[in-house]
Amino acid sequence: MAKKLFSRPKSLKEAGFHYCPGCGHSITHRLVAEVIDELGIRGITIGVPPAGCAVLAYNYFDVDMLEAQHGRGPATATGIKRALPDRIVFSYQGDGDLAAIGIAESFHAANRGENITVIFINNAVYGMTGGQMAPTTMLDQKTTTTPAGRNKTLDGYPVKVCETFSQLKGPTYLERVTVNSPASVNKAKKAIKKAFQCQMDGLGFSLVEILSPCPTNWKMTSVAACKWIDEVMSKEFPLGVFKDNMAAVKKPAEAAS
Amino acid sequence: MTKVLMSGNNIIGEAAIRAGCRFYAGYPITPQNELTEYMAEHMRTVEGGVFIQSESEIAAIHMIVGASSAGARVMTSSSSPGISLKQEGISSMAANELPGVIVNIMRGSPGLGNIRPSQGDYFQATRGGGHGDYRTIVFAPATCQELADLTMNAFDLADIYRTPVMILADGMMGQMMEPVVFKKPKPRQYSEKFMLRGAGQGKSKFIRSLILDAIDMEEHNWKLARKYQIITEKETLHEEYKTEDAELVIVAYGTAARIAKGAIKRLRENGMKVGLFRPITLWPFPELKLRTLSKKVKNYLVFELSTGQMLDDVRLALQGYADIGFHGRPGGVVPTPAELANVAARHYEKAD
Ligand SMILES: Cc1ncc(C[n+]2csc(CCOP(=O)(O)OP(=O)(O)O)c2C)c(N)n1
Ligand code: SF4
Ligand SMILES: [Mg+2]
Repeated sequence: MAKKLFSRPKSLKEAGFHYCPGCGHSITHRLVAEVIDELGIRGITIGVPPAGCAVLAYNYFDVDMLEAQHGRGPATATGIKRALPDRIVFSYQGDGDLAAIGIAESFHAANRGENITVIFINNAVYGMTGGQMAPTTMLDQKTTTTPAGRNKTLDGYPVKVCETFSQLKGPTYLERVTVNSPASVNKAKKAIKKAFQCQMDGLGFSLVEILSPCPTNWKMTSVAACKWIDEVMSKEFPLGVFKDNMAAVKKPAEAAS
Repeated sequence: MTKVLMSGNNIIGEAAIRAGCRFYAGYPITPQNELTEYMAEHMRTVEGGVFIQSESEIAAIHMIVGASSAGARVMTSSSSPGISLKQEGISSMAANELPGVIVNIMRGSPGLGNIRPSQGDYFQATRGGGHGDYRTIVFAPATCQELADLTMNAFDLADIYRTPVMILADGMMGQMMEPVVFKKPKPRQYSEKFMLRGAGQGKSKFIRSLILDAIDMEEHNWKLARKYQIITEKETLHEEYKTEDAELVIVAYGTAARIAKGAIKRLRENGMKVGLFRPITLWPFPELKLRTLSKKVKNYLVFELSTGQMLDDVRLALQGYADIGFHGRPGGVVPTPAELANVAARHYEKAD
């Protein structure tokens, strides 16, 4: 009998995604669901979707979920986690959500070392509202609100969340990955798993930033979008681990017990 | 039961904790800092108590949204400018049918204003405040005892109706000291089926207010409207003071009602039969109770620490039924009972 190598994760509902073909949200959803399955935490996980293309994430994830207003996910997740410290709580956010309107909530949740996990989709645009400039839009990148390209004098520079948060003492684990190739998808999954593990071990704030294709608003084919991540986006947003204090946080905790 | 002497802000904090509030988030703003500090000091002494000094009022309200969905009894507090920031979350709580208590110790605004007493946030509090077609139950205590009782009641009503409830007071009430007795809190009645606690082995749930289907959206809004109708029918509270023989009735709430009682004492000493109608719930406004009173009394004077906000609700209740005058000072300066007595005396005589 053939061995089943590939099936729908249990933590994903039977619904078809509404995301555009080639969208990084779909891939990331699947990875998060696989990780929840593998860690056996479906029954104790509570997710917080954003305002953004992933606003309907509760139609897909088969875990308890509470809608957040635009950018407020980390505050909402903080409330859930502090009320139920033994549950696993994640906030799923886009770049506008996390790094523009919700920068205060995300920055301070990170700084408090809130024991939550943030899945951060950096697609360099506002996907849901039709491709406007995001805080992470590249210089010279054309969007519907930067028709001549992002101008550093008028619009400022791409916001680097992992770099910025890595300067804080609060966060425990920060990694930037992408999902533009099979190898990078595997790496992204490892990072997401580590981030959830960090929370399960009670080690504090974890965030995985995912450079994520938005072929629709980049006005590219899916293949070209994946290439653009390699050739342009990851030059501005280098991949890698920006902070991993898991071992250091764990040691004193273990010594105490 | 023992009486204790406490200041208004501390009374709210103590009543909340006794009522089972176990999650408080807030951001400092005068004149309510004592409440935030009280929660910081006392939440750590009760089992499961959480206190967070948030990065902003916006974060605070969304933290209590999260904790409420998780099943905690939650509260946040602020003063006027901070309450403006909380409106996004209050709208969200109303739409998502999440219980919680919000305290507004009003100050003199708009803008930064100052920290002196005012009642300028009446419209914001009673008309929903944030975006969308919703209402918030609003209690307007006028004594320290009411601060204690109504704070406890606020948690119960928030649970029963699964909706945010506001305590609307001002800096004067926050600072003033009176002896209070804390009543025994009622056992909580709030079903676990409304809480997100992880799906366990069962079906997952979600809480959301984004409803893309137009008909479903409308039905959700009708559902909220039906709830507000029931609240309007069942939950109005008011006090009538010396209205039995009154020729003139002052309509005032909160601090203004305290001033009005002082004025009424003077007026009665001078032989003028003046009474007080004091709404205790501002929304729902005790409209029918006021209209009923107009069968007996035809002359009214609305008195507020604003240029006339509750006045609109009094007009809705009494226009065509009685004569309505108004006296207001828009916050900052607190008028004396003597000033109000003078104004009321003129209004009293005018009607003869
Ligand atoms: C307070 C508020 N302002 C604006 C919006 C409209 N809005 C919804 S999603 C969004 C931006 C989404 O962009 P991003 O966070 O990058 O997510 P993406 O869709 O790209 O995944 C905006 C501006 C809103 N829902 N709420
Ligand atoms: S607009 Fe972009 S981010 Fe949104 S679903 Fe389409 S591809 Fe994905
Ligand atoms: Mg985006």
